[in-house]
Amino acid sequence: MTTLQTAHPSGLGATFRRDRWWAKPLLVFLGFSAFIVYSTWAAFQGDHYHFGNYLSPFYSPELFGDSPHALFGGKPGWWPAWLPFSPALLILWAPGGFRFTCYYYRGAYYKAFWADPPACAVGEPRKVYLGENSLPLILQNVHRYFFYVAFLFLLVLAYDAWCSMWFAGEGGRESFGIGVGTLVLTTNVVLLSGYTLGCHSFRHLVGGVLDVFSQSRARKKCWDCVTCLNTRHHLWAWASLFWVGFSDVYVRLCSHGTWTDWRIL
Amino acid sequence: MIAAKFNVWRGDTGGGAFTTYTTQIGEGMVVLDAVHQIQAESAPDLAVRWNCKAGKCGSCSAEINGKPRLMCMTRCEDLPLDQPVTVQPLKAFKPIKDLVTDVSWNFAVKKKIKPFKPRPPDHQDGTWSMQQEDIDRVQEFRKCIECFLCQDVCHVLRDHAKHDEFIGPRFFVHTAALEMHPLDTEDRLSELQKTQGIGYCNITKCCTVVCPEHITITDNAIIPLKERVVDRFYDPLKKLWRKLLGKS
Repeated sequence: MTTLQTAHPSGLGATFRRDRWWAKPLLVFLGFSAFIVYSTWAAFQGDHYHFGNYLSPFYSPELFGDSPHALFGGKPGWWPAWLPFSPALLILWAPGGFRFTCYYYRGAYYKAFWADPPACAVGEPRKVYLGENSLPLILQNVHRYFFYVAFLFLLVLAYDAWCSMWFAGEGGRESFGIGVGTLVLTTNVVLLSGYTLGCHSFRHLVGGVLDVFSQSRARKKCWDCVTCLNTRHHLWAWASLFWVGFSDVYVRLCSHGTWTDWRIL
Repeated sequence: MIAAKFNVWRGDTGGGAFTTYTTQIGEGMVVLDAVHQIQAESAPDLAVRWNCKAGKCGSCSAEINGKPRLMCMTRCEDLPLDQPVTVQPLKAFKPIKDLVTDVSWNFAVKKKIKPFKPRPPDHQDGTWSMQQEDIDRVQEFRKCIECFLCQDVCHVLRDHAKHDEFIGPRFFVHTAALEMHPLDTEDRLSELQKTQGIGYCNITKCCTVVCPEHITITDNAIIPLKERVVDRFYDPLKKLWRKLLGKS
């Protein structure tokens, strides 16, 4: 029998857990990494982001750009010459910031990317710990402001989904129709709504701040609805993350001519 | 009945070692039963804290195969008995002997939290009226049995030993139960931010995972408290709004 200082060894990965505790953080690491790599690549492309009445959600709202969806014309004159222009670079900070500061994502990427901790009851590599108590992570408290912007983006994406139902016909007249791309972009806004409207900050703002619900029944109803979405926040987060990436892939490949957008109606 | 091996930590503040015991496991036995059987058969001096054997007193908290769990609620048949079962004391608290740790720090922390301070009674007989929908939210927090598994699994205490700066999930639940109570008038946000270290929580949700009462600790207690702290200390628009309304 060897006498030990403690019943609990410390250090990265130290644990007596027998299950595959590493599988979940590994999957999160791979999932997030894949999305970050793809979305960064797609954001810098600056082309093939629209196809007819479809606009990739990575590029919406298109503030400046060459497509018919652009709100304020082409590439702005103030854009630095050394930086390749892409409409996505002007707007992706908002949904990116919303997800980066999201309470679910924070817990997930602290584990998967920073091993802080790698998993529950599993040893960590570092002794120093600041948490979200001081800089830089205290800035995560800005989450509610990203929520406000993300909510506006939802309205824009809902408008995009509406536009995806109107196809240019003969003589330039638009007619109602549904293509596979319409379903893709509509599903995208539904999933993003499920994720955004289940946000913890929104749950607080809409009613969680109250101690006496009975004095504000409308807010209680709203809180109940947000709570309903919030209980599956992680699922909405993953589903919407995957689908927003897929929506870009769909529009991109249709624009390339690799995929054909089938009309259903 | 099958023979199963248990690697049980034997030791005290000066250190110790795992000792392997073999005992017979029958249908329905929980780990606490096995530990008691080991006590009876081969280790009468094995220290273990227990009381109700029904998952309601929170005494028999330990780490079983590396996971913080109640020994009385962990069925042996749910564990892989082809390998020795590891039974350790809680990591976040000082060891006393074998599986018993000193959890008195928790009671000292609880005393520092501002107690319930109700508004003046609604009725002349000194009672209050409340709506059920107002009390539903905090009733979840009242389920806590103070087993301190959430404290044990929280890496802020477990790995970083910030016992002087961080009160841990159990007491965020306690604070939430008071702070969100419809009758309570006390303000605990300043302490949460300054001395009780709510900012140290990085939302791993491990506390929620291990809670034997299935309290949604992170989503329903800690994050709502974090949001209230943001309202008070970090949200410039809220600060401006309070100034405009003349509220401190």
